[in-house]
Order: sequence, then structure tokens, then C-alpha cells
Amino acid sequence: MARVSETTRESDPRRLATDARDRVHFEEEALALSDQVYRVARHLVGSREEAEDLMQETYARAFRSWRSFTPGTNLRAWLLRILTNLNIDRGRRIQRTPDQQPLEEGDYFLYNKLEETNDGTTDEDRVVQRLSQNDVVSALSEVPHDFRDVVVLVDIGDFTYADAAQILDIPVGTVMSRLHRGRRILKRAMADSAVGSER
Amino acid sequence: MSNCEDCEQWMQPYMDRALTEAERFDAERHLNECSYCRKRYRFEEHLRQFVRQAVVEPMPAELKQKLASLRTPLQ
Repeated sequence: MARVSETTRESDPRRLATDARDRVHFEEEALALSDQVYRVARHLVGSREEAEDLMQETYARAFRSWRSFTPGTNLRAWLLRILTNLNIDRGRRIQRTPDQQPLEEGDYFLYNKLEETNDGTTDEDRVVQRLSQNDVVSALSEVPHDFRDVVVLVDIGDFTYADAAQILDIPVGTVMSRLHRGRRILKRAMADSAVGSER
Repeated sequence: MSNCEDCEQWMQPYMDRALTEAERFDAERHLNECSYCRKRYRFEEHLRQFVRQAVVEPMPAELKQKLASLRTPLQ
């Protein structure tokens, strides 16, 4: 039986039509997720401009290499893996040195800090209300990148530990330890901006 | 789990639903018995929700258009 050559298969009009249909479907699905991808991307980098550049690079690469996506798997995680790799390629990790990491406190630090400066109010809802949106956004930007990536993926992007591990290409145990420390650093930074850094 | 120090360690994985069933059982028993940790647990839950909402920044409409323009043109 004669084998169908690659050339013949690729120029087969039916195959071309299927290919085009799959590609269009992929592009539409990827674009439908762009709001969710941006929500994460915006806080992986320092500014809106950087996030916009990174989104465009990510989608350009995704559209070029759409065939390497396995249908039925998590497309949002696949897009964010491209995005985080591009972000690393931009060399932003080189800027950080370990001794620049902010101090972290215990898990209850923020609560205790807000409570002690809250005129004795111990109602949890009111304690949270002491924080402003700006406190949170600026505190998040102070968390060093390695920790922030994990906090943003899990707490803002709603990814599981396993998804975050795959996206960042690190072990799940590393995700858990960075998340733990990252959240503590975030709380410390929120406490500093909400009640001042005097202790 | 018998004390508040353990509870502080387990609070985040508990909220992430990352504890085993036995650990979760212990955590919940402690939370039921201890108002100090219960207050902090409720605060952590509120805080997580608050952080999630506070950082939302809608994607600019122009960016959406730019992304759509990166699609492969139809032949």
C-alpha cells in the first residue's frame, strides 16, 4: 500500500480546513481567557505598561505555537507558563539579591498589629476595613518576585499548588514554602502601610 | 493539634484545603474551642477575600484589541 507523503497530507484541502478551524478555535479560547490572564500578569510585574507588553508577547508566542498546546488541558495555565517564562527571560530576577528580602513576621502579625491600633475594636470585619486598596496593591509590589509569583498565582489567579508548580517549573514543596513566606511578607508590608512601620 | 502555635502554622494550609482529613479534623476542633484562633481565622478569611478584590484592575480595552490583532489572518 502506498504511503501518503507529508507533502500530500499537508496540501490536502480537508486537512488544511481542519487545521484552520482548530487554530481559530484555539485563538478564540485564548482570547476569552485574556481578562483572567491579565489579572495575574498585572501583579507579576511592576507597572501596567510592563503588563501590557508582556501580554502582547505572550499572545504572539501562544498564537505562533498553538500546536504545542494539548486540547483538553488547562489553557489558562499554559498561557501563564509562557508569560512567566517570558517574564524571567526579561531578566527581572537578576535584580534581586537575597539580603534585600523584607522582614517577615508570624502569620497573625497583621491581625495583632491592626487590633492593637484599633481602639480596642476586635471585630474581624472592622479590622480588615482598616486596610485600603492602595495598602494592598503597594504591599504586593513590595514582595520579592520569587514569593510574589506564587502568591499571585495561588491567591489572585486561583491556581492550585500543582498548577503553580507546573507554571513556574518548581517543585510543589517549593510552591508551599514560598507561598507561606510570601503571604507573611505581604502581611508585614500591609501592616507597615496601614499603621506605619513604627513598632 | 493542641495549641495556638500549631494552629498558626496550619491556618494557611487549612484555608488552602491542603491538610489531610485527620489534620483538618484537629484544626477544626481547635478552632471550635479557641476564640483567640477563631478570631484570627475569620480575619484571615476576610483578608484573603479583601486582597483578591483590592488588586483587580480591569484589562484596558485597547489591549484586548491589540491581542486580537495578533491572530493569524485567515487565508
